Amino acid sequence: MSAEVGTRTLVVWCPDWPVLASDPEPAAPVIVVRANRVVAASMAARSAGVEVGLRRRAAQRRCPSVEVVDHDPARDARAFEPVASSLDAITPGVEVTRPGTLAFATRGPSRYFGGDDSLAERVAWMVSGALGGRWPVRVGVADGAFGALLAAQAAHRRGAASVVVPPGEAAAFLAPHPVGSLLEAVEVPEEVDVWQRLGLRTLRQLAELPRGDVSARFGHPGVAAHRLASGLDLRPLAARHPAPDLAVTQDLDPPVDRVDRAAFAAKVLADQLHARLGADGLACTSVLVEARTEHGEVLARQWRHEGALTAGALADRVRWQLDGWLTGSGATRPTAGVDRLTLVPVEVVAARGRQLGFWGGETLVDERIWRAVARLQGQLGAEAVTVPEVRGGRSPGERVVRVPVAAVDLTEERPAAQVGSVTEPWPGQVPAPAPATVLAEPEPVAVADAQGQPVTVSGRTEVSAPPATLTLAGQRPVRVAAWAGPWPVDERWWDPARHRRRARFQVVDQQGAAHLLAVEAGTWWREATYD
Amino acid sequence: MAVPAPDLVALRELGERVRPLSAAAERVLPVPPAFAGLIPQGGLVRGSTVVTSGSAASSLALALAGPATAAGSWCAVVGVAHLGLLAAAELGVALERTLLFADPGPQEWAGTVAALLDAVEVVLVQPTGSISPTTQRRLVARARDRGSVLLQAGGRPEVWAAQPDLAVASGASRWEGVGIGHGRLRARRVAVQVSGRRGAVRPREAELWLPGPDGQVALAAPARPVGGADDLAAGRTTERTADRRMLDAPAWRDAG
Repeated sequence: MSAEVGTRTLVVWCPDWPVLASDPEPAAPVIVVRANRVVAASMAARSAGVEVGLRRRAAQRRCPSVEVVDHDPARDARAFEPVASSLDAITPGVEVTRPGTLAFATRGPSRYFGGDDSLAERVAWMVSGALGGRWPVRVGVADGAFGALLAAQAAHRRGAASVVVPPGEAAAFLAPHPVGSLLEAVEVPEEVDVWQRLGLRTLRQLAELPRGDVSARFGHPGVAAHRLASGLDLRPLAARHPAPDLAVTQDLDPPVDRVDRAAFAAKVLADQLHARLGADGLACTSVLVEARTEHGEVLARQWRHEGALTAGALADRVRWQLDGWLTGSGATRPTAGVDRLTLVPVEVVAARGRQLGFWGGETLVDERIWRAVARLQGQLGAEAVTVPEVRGGRSPGERVVRVPVAAVDLTEERPAAQVGSVTEPWPGQVPAPAPATVLAEPEPVAVADAQGQPVTVSGRTEVSAPPATLTLAGQRPVRVAAWAGPWPVDERWWDPARHRRRARFQVVDQQGAAHLLAVEAGTWWREATYD
Repeated sequence: MAVPAPDLVALRELGERVRPLSAAAERVLPVPPAFAGLIPQGGLVRGSTVVTSGSAASSLALALAGPATAAGSWCAVVGVAHLGLLAAAELGVALERTLLFADPGPQEWAGTVAALLDAVEVVLVQPTGSISPTTQRRLVARARDRGSVLLQAGGRPEVWAAQPDLAVASGASRWEGVGIGHGRLRARRVAVQVSGRRGAVRPREAELWLPGPDGQVALAAPARPVGGADDLAAGRTTERTADRRMLDAPAWRDAG
């Protein structure tokens, strides 16, 4: 067993890729937020004390000038395609692990370029060039992809471009890392928690346990983690390589040159591949997405996922990849529409099966809903399909926002979609009941007093005269039967560019129609209607 | 000799309890209890079209959709960009089972709605252009086949070629809690009239709290038929015949 070593692998890791993908100003503080939690932060934001995992509001408190960007996996993947394709000149076997991280086996390229060190240097230089030289790129080389990824992260901590772990020393390199670092490669949060409480704090302590015991106590996930901690690949080589006839192909007629139409084909094909593998009791851990264009160009990219890819995850990756190709820059963009799409399962393992939750779990969302969403995303565009998420805020429109459905996982519980998820007080919030119509863009209205003069609100929030008539856009004036206000709102006073001072009113007209109005700099706006 | 007046509420409850269990839950999506006396079938009949209108159209539509989503159904909103989602949550709509679709435009509107009727139980729309008889028939057939409900929130009811199965109209709203320069909107009383084909031919009306001072939808004045007395037996008969007719004939055929 001691003869087994991990495949020598090079990993390119772009720290905080979701930030880079949103293409910010290099020195600007930016955070990327998913479900109200920070998933990535730029250097400037980090130096202001923002950490991954913070709530959005806490991050904004630490760094008020921070720009908040919603997480969008498709954007991440789209922006990463030029990076991946910049390495096609070095090796054909580039595998994208997730947007921001890619890996390839170094055996051939390393010999050609004269050793791991010069290869790592060259790769860092090429990738950095593909990114325009503005962003840090970290490269790690080690036995096994997990070791290489940790080496790249070590390079980041040391401020070096690359770290090369000499052959045979992967286990020693991994030994001092905390067991929590396993979460970078495998999804074993519960096991890691147990190990930490058992006093197994480093990978060395885990690797020193007899594998049989780990297997007996923690089952399959434990063995996987144990192999990684020992500097081996996740699975022995024997567990891989499917028969070639498992590939699925679809001819697209007419050829597809729009992402939305390609996405529909991707979903169909992914379902087909998943069903075919499932029938053989297999699950796919690495898939090659291959597209042929009308002009005969062949584009291919490999995607890997250490947990087996579900049909939805597979479809996502195919969609991201097509998006990356079809909307890419001139150099990588195909010259014609895609007329054939092929999915080749590069690596399959025996499906261990996933136990469906009895209450909810994976049954939270119906397969039928999934299909309809994917289809309409294709038809109407990914941005056209959204889900509501609850945020802090004062006006009714701010308190529920629309998040692209591509950025959330419908199969998971989404606490951010529940009204109780925001517990912080917001002084000046418009009280319940909320208006059933909230205008996306407030529309100008006119409010006059009994003499027909426009009603104004002074700097000390005094109303010039009681409102007597209300004129909605394009309608006749109506008498005001009741009104309440003004409720002053002074928002973002620390930011001269976004500072707003408004006063809100609730106004009920004679027919009983109630509106939420706001007056700002002498102009009245209708923000919402209680209909 | 004095005969005690029958306790109508208790009798009605008893009637609910001894109803055959089979059909109720399968054919009908739940609505707030306040609507139970207004809608003859006691809920939104699967495969039907419902249109709300008047001064409380959006709130009515959200209140009608709420209990179904709370019970685990999904709701899709097509093209109602100005829908108040916070109000939706307050009226009982489960936001975690709500999908929002941008306006697909007149060309793709019918296709989008049809695809969603196939997938989710409640599709909330506000069509702007008119809907041809063919399209309406297709959508209703799709809704019936899958057992979903097409719910129009406000807008113009006349865009539909044939009359919708259920029309929920609201009269003037009366807001409470707000005065001249003081207070705030707290509660609203609104007269609601339900009419339509199939069992709801006789319009019924009631006054609802939408919402009440406690934020709940409740009855402010009990439901009664418009312009006439009603007794329990008559109500039951209408309901029975309605159910039978619904099973026999497709909806669009008796539209004429």
